[in-house]
Amino acid sequence: MKAICFNFEIHQPFRLKRYRFFDIGKDHYYFDDFLNEDIVTRVAHNSYIPACETLLRMIEQNEGRFCCSIAVSGLAFEQFEHYVPELLELLDRLHKTGCVEFVAQPFSYGLSSLVDSEEFAAQIAATASILRNRFGIEPKIVRNTELIYFDDIAPQLVELGFKGVLTEGAKHILGWKSPDYVYTAASAPKLKVLMRNRKLSNDIAERFGDTSWPDFPLTADKYIDWIAATPQDEQIINVFLNMETFGDLHPGNTGIFQFLEALPRFAYERGIEFITPSQAVAKIKPVGEISINHPISSAGEESDTSAWLGNSLQNEAFDKLYAQAERVRECSNRALKRDFQYLQACDHFFYMNTRNPGFSPYETPFAAFTNYMNVLADFEMRVKEEFPSQIGNEELNSLLLTIRNQGAEIETLNKELASMRKSVEQYNIEHVKRDELKAKAEPAEKAPKKAKAPKKAVAGKTAAAKKKSEK
Amino acid sequence: MKALMFGWEFPPHILGGLGTASYGLTRGMWECGDMDITFVIPKPYGDEDRSFAHIIGNSQVPVAWRDVDRDYVDARIGKLMPPDLYFRLRDHIYADFNYMRTNDLGCIEFSGKYPSNLLEEINNYSITAGVIARTLDFDIIHSHDWLTYPAGIHAKQVTGKPLVIHVHATEYDRSRGKPNPTVYGIERDGMIHADHIITVSNLTRQTVIDHYGVDPAKVTTVHNAVVPLSPELLNVENLRQTKEKIVTFLGRITMQKGPEYFVEAAAKVLRNCSNVRFVMAGSGDMMDKMIQLAAERGISDRFHFPGFQKGKQVYEMLKASDVYIMPSVSEPFGISPLEAMQMGVPSIISKQSGCAEILTNVIKTDYWDIDAMADAIHAIITYPALYKQLREDGLKEVAQITWDKAGRKVIDIYNKVLGR
Repeated sequence: MKAICFNFEIHQPFRLKRYRFFDIGKDHYYFDDFLNEDIVTRVAHNSYIPACETLLRMIEQNEGRFCCSIAVSGLAFEQFEHYVPELLELLDRLHKTGCVEFVAQPFSYGLSSLVDSEEFAAQIAATASILRNRFGIEPKIVRNTELIYFDDIAPQLVELGFKGVLTEGAKHILGWKSPDYVYTAASAPKLKVLMRNRKLSNDIAERFGDTSWPDFPLTADKYIDWIAATPQDEQIINVFLNMETFGDLHPGNTGIFQFLEALPRFAYERGIEFITPSQAVAKIKPVGEISINHPISSAGEESDTSAWLGNSLQNEAFDKLYAQAERVRECSNRALKRDFQYLQACDHFFYMNTRNPGFSPYETPFAAFTNYMNVLADFEMRVKEEFPSQIGNEELNSLLLTIRNQGAEIETLNKELASMRKSVEQYNIEHVKRDELKAKAEPAEKAPKKAKAPKKAVAGKTAAAKKKSEK
Repeated sequence: MKALMFGWEFPPHILGGLGTASYGLTRGMWECGDMDITFVIPKPYGDEDRSFAHIIGNSQVPVAWRDVDRDYVDARIGKLMPPDLYFRLRDHIYADFNYMRTNDLGCIEFSGKYPSNLLEEINNYSITAGVIARTLDFDIIHSHDWLTYPAGIHAKQVTGKPLVIHVHATEYDRSRGKPNPTVYGIERDGMIHADHIITVSNLTRQTVIDHYGVDPAKVTTVHNAVVPLSPELLNVENLRQTKEKIVTFLGRITMQKGPEYFVEAAAKVLRNCSNVRFVMAGSGDMMDKMIQLAAERGISDRFHFPGFQKGKQVYEMLKASDVYIMPSVSEPFGISPLEAMQMGVPSIISKQSGCAEILTNVIKTDYWDIDAMADAIHAIITYPALYKQLREDGLKEVAQITWDKAGRKVIDIYNKVLGR
């Protein structure tokens, strides 16, 4: 049996307002609320809402036989609360059908996994807690920002309680292998890896509305035919898409919603089912290990992280941002913590891409960089204000290390103290005993010593007096 | 193909971008091969590079017959013009210009600059052009900028050869929209008579179409380019004495170049940054006003006016700079940011300049947006990554903007005009 595993990504960053360098130190609000409201409501009404309604209809029409998974970033959740709460209600309804699995991902949709495992864990935990509070679920599957994945994060994901991870079916990793199987992570065999079928995903994401594509127009019938034509033993077709693909990237009038809605009918005709990532991880037997030394992602032909960290501007901004991570975690200022999360969104770095600039609210990557760095300069100042400025980063790190280790240290010191006390007590007891013995044995010797000392002092004084008189 | 070009400036004796562009284009066309170019300028000095074009000076063209012998001519103007050519030209004097002030060789004197009697000099240029056009054999006439349009028209009328005019600037750019009617008249006359018009940017093309009422089909944009710098210029000594950052404006201090926006932006930057100095190099009719403005803003201690820079000094100035800025209100092309990029200096240019159409590794702002300009200056001097990125990618980018590509486009236009 073959099954399609759908995952739909929903993310919206908090875009920055135009922040001039003379605002540094004066203006501490960085975000363009009007732009964000405009974009979020537009995309929600063009895409998210009709797409969710379509999914809901698909589930109802097929009486629960259709299922899929959705990932929503924390930043998107927050903006929906402000601007389009009706979308959250739709997500609630989708959850109640029991056919939609919600997948965890970093709260900020940022790149913390690449440099700061502590921040990464906190980010995942923050989204997990939203899912827990809203839907009462404990996510078992995780999807990192833009499907970024590499061996180093696998053990951490297992530790955080995840059974599976979604990533890109990067050509240079797979080689002759097919993405249409379940793999296990080489560095943490407990973790299952689901890899995106790049071709079949991009047929929808990139090529659906492309009239110059030889296979245009793409119909549900044709698409399911392609899936049915994959080798018999390939059991899972991972189609991971941004939700905006439906209605925003490809407008509703291209017929993309109808395409989506028609998929189950044709799939069932050919004996193809739908599956959620959790089910896939539980049911399908992994065929082998997959090892990924360098981070892969869904971006571009290279499938690496160069879309966000490909030039010196991006790297500079990224390094400067994460240099603050430790201090931000230690402080208790909520506004500062919030801004740190918003600034981590990978979109900010994507806007600085000079090689293949994609969609950006900025005119040029240089404007994006300038604006971001100005904001960061103000942010750094605020972080510094939380800590005495004379403490350097290294000093702070050593202090933090001391604080972190202090529990253990206090314990060892306590032990030492206790043992010392014991020995001192013993010593005292012995000493008292010995003194008693000594006092009995040598009472005569002590007396002459005491008498000698004052005599010397007197002699010294008289000598000094003599010298004075000679002068 | 033989082309007769009329120009006003030619390196090394140049006053503005016109000479640099004329030189680069001629050389670029020559590199494309099969081009025989004669370049006419008012007053050659003898040290021009003649390897790729014949240079004829109007000041050596006889307009009145003088009975001189060959040795005398050779002694007088031999280093500027072969005596044979002088005698050939003398044979083609077409009217009696003895009423004009001519010298011992029957030639009119030219300043080759932009003197107060510029219109008279333009007229004289046209008179001598008539002699040249009657003497030489060529396929096409190419006039650079309005000063030489009358000459081009004259040559076209006496030979019937097609005329291409090259618009390096228009009176609308120079006067911020309040054109001198005489100049406007000369320009429009040239455009009407031209068989084809080449503009240095789409911005200029639009001006030509909108303000001069020219048929858009007759106007083509050929963007300017730059000649690769010699190692000598690339490695000029860095004269910088201070650790402070230096932001440089280089050019004529005139209304067209928007110098006041630079002063205002500098004042904004200095309000928040202290480790930076500003330099406005060049001269022009707005210089005194700018000195006063800087004083009014209280930034004179950090805003410097070193005056007009020429030759190597320009590159020394660039070498010592961290940022180059060109806030032109209306710049048909603007070659100087490209030169700054060649020297590895990140540039800020106004969106109202023609070169903004072809450059990506620069920061573009509106000329009036002093906030954006100040922000860009601050960003380049404060964030090393931005400086590095603009510098390195700028060098790569500008290396691709070469004159042979522009030359090829001009040759294609010639072929089209000639119906080949």
